[in-house]
Amino acid sequence: MKNKETNFGKLFLNTALVMLLAGILFGCLAAASYIWPGFIKDQLGFISMRPLHVSSALFWILLGATSCVYYALQAIFPGKVNAKLAWLQWGFWLIAIIGIYISYFTGNFGGREYWEFEPIWALPIAISWLLFLIQFFSIVMTHKHWPVYYYMWMTGIVFFLFIFIENYLWLLPYFNKSLIKDMTIQWKVNGSMVGAWNQILYGISFFLMDKISGDRKVGYSKIAFTMYFIGFFNLLFNWGHHIYTLPSLPYIRYIGYAVSMTEWIFFARTIYLWKHELINYHKHYAYFPYRFIMAANFWVFVNLTLALFMSIPAFNIYTHGTHVTVAHAMGTTIGINTMIILAATFNFQGKELEKGDGFLTQNYWILQIGLFILWVALLGAGLEKGIWQMQATRTLFAEMMAHLKPWFVLFFVGGLLTTLGILGLVIKLFKTQISVTRSHQNRNT
Amino acid sequence: MKPIYIFLLLCFAFLIYSFGIYFSPTEKGMSNNEDTLNIVAKGKMVWQKYNCQSCHQLYGLGGYLGPDLTNIVAQEGKGELFIKVMVQSGTKQMPAFKLSDEETSHLFVFLNEMNQTGNSDPRSFHIFSNGMIEPNEK
Repeated sequence: MKNKETNFGKLFLNTALVMLLAGILFGCLAAASYIWPGFIKDQLGFISMRPLHVSSALFWILLGATSCVYYALQAIFPGKVNAKLAWLQWGFWLIAIIGIYISYFTGNFGGREYWEFEPIWALPIAISWLLFLIQFFSIVMTHKHWPVYYYMWMTGIVFFLFIFIENYLWLLPYFNKSLIKDMTIQWKVNGSMVGAWNQILYGISFFLMDKISGDRKVGYSKIAFTMYFIGFFNLLFNWGHHIYTLPSLPYIRYIGYAVSMTEWIFFARTIYLWKHELINYHKHYAYFPYRFIMAANFWVFVNLTLALFMSIPAFNIYTHGTHVTVAHAMGTTIGINTMIILAATFNFQGKELEKGDGFLTQNYWILQIGLFILWVALLGAGLEKGIWQMQATRTLFAEMMAHLKPWFVLFFVGGLLTTLGILGLVIKLFKTQISVTRSHQNRNT
Repeated sequence: MKPIYIFLLLCFAFLIYSFGIYFSPTEKGMSNNEDTLNIVAKGKMVWQKYNCQSCHQLYGLGGYLGPDLTNIVAQEGKGELFIKVMVQSGTKQMPAFKLSDEETSHLFVFLNEMNQTGNSDPRSFHIFSNGMIEPNEK
């Protein structure tokens, strides 16, 4: 490898892992506000802790996805990565993260949900992503017959940039003055953006399965491309299910509803393939990274089921604006996105972590159980709120929230367990990296 | 058909859909007065500057710690003075914000305009047999 001294996958991964640790720390602090109202509200407060949690978690996913693509590119195309571009890309991310954290800690907001920081800090993220796009195309364009995961990475990288720019259309007065149109675009962005990073991550998952199974034909199969295009179609057009209650143009609701229903194809396929998957689970169980793929598959099934119901407006009216939406968001970002990144991460670390050990297995299960508790608690709180908001005579909002407290306590416990599990896995990853680096150094001296 | 052509076709359809939304007519209920709209935009910046969306929702979109504020100004006794007092004194959960009089006034105009756009109460929707929902006329 030409860039043997610089493993960019590792560089982005370690930055992503720091973001993951920050994300879970701020997540626990923010969740405490649900149990102890006003928790440190005059110091940092929920208004800072929530964006700190959300942005850190988002950056973990984005940097984690970037790291996986770099690991894969450096493995497939040795010596082709442009080191200067990659360093610049990382540098711009670093500038953005520092600026955004300062923005949150000093209480200088100005952005919107999920991107609450001062808009200026979006610029280094956009530049960094543009450099990633240039890097990606300059490498893969030399290859003629693309497997499906190249298409997935391309889709994710191109569309993230487009959608991220669209995310800031509100800076133009034309959009800013039009309240409903602006909210429509805001949720068009939020919906499609998830689809964009999912394309990168599902591409990673495909790449890993290709590698683990040793069957290179799968990446070129018709069924793989059919699934990719259904996913892409949903990325582009299904976001309308976020805004059924918004008085936007009616056709947006109908398109969102109709397109979302194509996801039943994924659902049917998952059911159809479960027996085959079960054989795979037994076959590859000893390979520790594969267990994260198993977990991701479980969470895909569970969240897809939930998403399908939430996409039906008649059901959505009960769950919209409730913690059911949060359950879905947590289930997908931790259950699916994080599991895929961890699968790739453990796979790319080399032989040291392939078998796993008692400590890893323990933390793996703490994470799964913790996440399940957290998910069920949010679902319970959400359904109870959903019933409350449809009642003819409602109690006060504060009374309803007080009534949900047992669910929030359960949510907090689930969150703590999830944190413990992740912490154990990350500590092991860092420890292994250090010991591998030391053994390399010893060998060289 | 080669995958790249399907990809480009979908991209083209997406661009048409997106630009159709960007240049769609202004929504019902919004003021036609340019001065009012400028204040509405300023009020929205106050909403974002103080990160109100962290706890509150508009049309069920936003945080979960506080109530939905889409139609707050339409509720009895919850006019500009109520909002001013709430924002400046805070609650057990909400910190006391130090908004200037001008900022409070802009925030109120924003919330007032938001109220004019429709009703966010899920009870006000009609559910059809095909699973679709439509808002009942306000």
